[in-house]
Amino acid sequence: MIDYFKSVWAWFHTILIGMKITFTHLFSKKVTIQYPNERYPIPHNAKNRLQLYPDLCNGCMQCARVCPVQCIDVETIRVVPTDPDKPVMGDGTQRKLWVSVYDIDFAKCCFCGLCTTVCPTEAIKHTTDFEYSSYTREGLIYHFSAMSSEQVEQKKKLFEEWSAKEKAAKAGKVAEPSSVEKGEN
Amino acid sequence: MTTRKFIDIDFSRIESDRMRLNVGPQHPSTHGVLRLEVELDGEVVTDVIPHIGYLHRCFEKIAENVTYPQVIPYVDRMDYVSSMNNELPYVMAVEKLMGIKVPDKVEYIRVIMSELNRIANHQIAIATFGLDAGAFTPFLYLFRDREYILWIFEKASGARLLFNYFWIGGLANDVYPTFKEDVLNIVKQVRKTNQEIERLLIYNKIFIDRTANVGILPADVAINYACSGPVLRGSGVQFDLRKNEPYSIYDRFDFEIPVGKGEVGTVGDSWDRNIVRMREIEQSCRIIEQAVEQMPNEGDVQQAIPKKVRPPKGEIYFRCENPKGELGFYIISDGKDKPYRVKARAPSFVNLSVLPEISRGYLFADLIVILGSIDIVLGEVDR
Amino acid sequence: METFNFLDKIIGESILSAVLSALLPLIFLIVYALIAILGELKISAWIQERLGPMRTGPYGILQPIAEVVKLLQKEDIVPTNANRLLFNLAPFVMFTGAFAGFAVIPFSPAFAPAHINLGLYYIFAVGAFAVIGIVMGGWASNNKYSLLGAMRSASQMISYEIPGALVVLTAAVLANSLDLQEISLAQSGPFWNWFLFGGPGPWTKIWVIPFTLLLSLIFMITSLAETNRTPFDIPEGESELVGGYHTEYSGMKFAMFFFAEYANMFIVASVLTIVFLGGWNSPFGEFMSGYFWGVFWFTSKAMFIVFLQIWLRWTLPRVRVDQLMFLGWKVLLPFALVCFIVLSLYRILY
Repeated sequence: MIDYFKSVWAWFHTILIGMKITFTHLFSKKVTIQYPNERYPIPHNAKNRLQLYPDLCNGCMQCARVCPVQCIDVETIRVVPTDPDKPVMGDGTQRKLWVSVYDIDFAKCCFCGLCTTVCPTEAIKHTTDFEYSSYTREGLIYHFSAMSSEQVEQKKKLFEEWSAKEKAAKAGKVAEPSSVEKGEN
Repeated sequence: MTTRKFIDIDFSRIESDRMRLNVGPQHPSTHGVLRLEVELDGEVVTDVIPHIGYLHRCFEKIAENVTYPQVIPYVDRMDYVSSMNNELPYVMAVEKLMGIKVPDKVEYIRVIMSELNRIANHQIAIATFGLDAGAFTPFLYLFRDREYILWIFEKASGARLLFNYFWIGGLANDVYPTFKEDVLNIVKQVRKTNQEIERLLIYNKIFIDRTANVGILPADVAINYACSGPVLRGSGVQFDLRKNEPYSIYDRFDFEIPVGKGEVGTVGDSWDRNIVRMREIEQSCRIIEQAVEQMPNEGDVQQAIPKKVRPPKGEIYFRCENPKGELGFYIISDGKDKPYRVKARAPSFVNLSVLPEISRGYLFADLIVILGSIDIVLGEVDR
Repeated sequence: METFNFLDKIIGESILSAVLSALLPLIFLIVYALIAILGELKISAWIQERLGPMRTGPYGILQPIAEVVKLLQKEDIVPTNANRLLFNLAPFVMFTGAFAGFAVIPFSPAFAPAHINLGLYYIFAVGAFAVIGIVMGGWASNNKYSLLGAMRSASQMISYEIPGALVVLTAAVLANSLDLQEISLAQSGPFWNWFLFGGPGPWTKIWVIPFTLLLSLIFMITSLAETNRTPFDIPEGESELVGGYHTEYSGMKFAMFFFAEYANMFIVASVLTIVFLGGWNSPFGEFMSGYFWGVFWFTSKAMFIVFLQIWLRWTLPRVRVDQLMFLGWKVLLPFALVCFIVLSLYRILY
């Protein structure tokens, strides 16, 4: 019988305690904010959407290799010595590869940040932009290459012409060691 | 079985139709995409069959096809509410396989991050447990605090939930300058909220009535089912890898292992499992405070990171105390840069297997509470 | 104070005045429901340290209208194997029951839509409609969750009507009437004449005050159970039964259930107001009392009770079925019986 009254009292008592707590919260400062108008600061190192700076990218493809989900798609064309543009990179060094395709599929990206750490030229960076949703999957594929399709065609043609010439030259002087091959790295 | 049946009736003698109820995979309290096939007699649960696999993502097979560092983002996604704790055993397993000794500062940051994530995980567990019992408000108080913890993670690692912060041999980057003050402020805030939740929810008579003496898991059954974490400690078994088999630098800290004592009901009931989590938050706060005090300010967190992760031939099983229980990784290396096999021993999966055993004979409303008290994350159950 | 229906005085007793008397509560109900929905949204948000709706209108005050418009636009789905007739009928039965209760509520000495001398009895009679509506909807949905919710609600509402009726019976004993206007009149004067404080009488009545306080508490709890509000929302129980009896409802039919719930909240709140808080009486005796002040005092008292219900909802967890029955039969009923006997004795002695 005592237990019965005790438990009835406990019901009543603990409910009052709970009501007191919620009542004090009724007038406390609110923690939510009006999101698109005001927002909490995002730290500068936040790992959100990736951004490529094409003039810094040397086309080494390390990012594409290290990506755990294979969301980065890179294609390069060799810069031939006869190129009229004489391209330089952002840091002033001679460009060795044209980056004709650099696509990132953000539907696949897992924001692990591995690509940014392996990049030797710091061409790929995480930004603090997280509002890039899209209605289509294609809308989430970002094309970062700075080259237009005409340019790509032109550079491809240049490379083909050059490599055909090289081949011919090679075939001409088999005995001699070939001219200095410009490797990828 | 010693579990208390709700109604002491021999069901076989009563002729009544059983109802098969399909709970999930789209049900508000299955904590993800778990499907439970429940057999009901009226409202009394006579059988439960969990069906899993709705979130299966082939973690173990993928791990065979990516390099060792690339596994870490996948490990994050197993138990997505305590990613730091997931990374720790994997990273330490590979380090042990390669014989890497990480600097002291890395160890301290790892411990602080893991304990913060343990707090965040337990806060979610308690919050959703309250939600399963019908209390909505404590849920949001706890989520507010968890948000503050996630801000620290975001400032340190750049991500809120899936960090890729612990690397083999070190950390992705050093912590920011005001890290220590932020952590100590969080600890203060967590303690304040904990006291409030205790008064608002845990010791509320309605909540006690809902959860005490419900889903009693005796210690021997818990051990037989290989339960671990708060589910095991709720049954009164004092087993915590941080104490019993200290890894990392846990032997340098002074903390206790809270166990279920049957304060308001029987040892091993849902309330006990929950109160173990409450007390563990307090112990984690203590560990964090000691770690922040001892942590060296100077030191390079990346000096031990190997250029190429290529462990020698061999195999290893390494286990850590995850918030949900014992998380272990069994890794076989064949000397290449990709693991030959990675097997995860997921605590959620093991703990879930005890659900049918402890929920038979209780009401349907109790089943939801019991499921909430086990605290599973389907990302880890299915992997 | 004299009680009458002001519409009868203006237009004369005719069909028109009867129709207008029925329409006024409907308008009141719609306005009240909008305010109550907004209150629920805002109070829950503030308790949880949120801002709540802020976009629709200044501080989101138009949110309930937006919600109603949304519900009106939604597709009306009837499950394939549902019993169409009962499925479509159930929300209306429930709403009718809730709305019919408004017929006898005295908003002011000058206005009660239907002044009948069995008001309390009538409210309890039409309150039982809600059970029929819920069981109908739950069974007709052809969904196991709905069925479980309906069964739970039937047992819950029937068992909680008994302590509730005992409390109301005590009030009838105290006021010597079942007429709601008479009960209000019996409590006229300052607030210590309310039945919450033992009703009018000499200062020696002080020893019955604990019993009347207890009775009002019991009625508060039973009213929560009868309106399916937390902590007694087990027929809905969204974490267990998804939505309980209204799992399968959508669009306007769901809105009818919703409206009915809020209407029921007001009905139980107004019964509590009339029986224990003096109805339309001003708490300060003659000060601020009158026919118009009556409406003000009545609605503000009732809205305070509604606020209490909302406050409790966002504080407490849900009880379990067996605990609900325990509370109803083994706690509330004996306590209500004791209070009933004590107050009956008090009535005989004084």
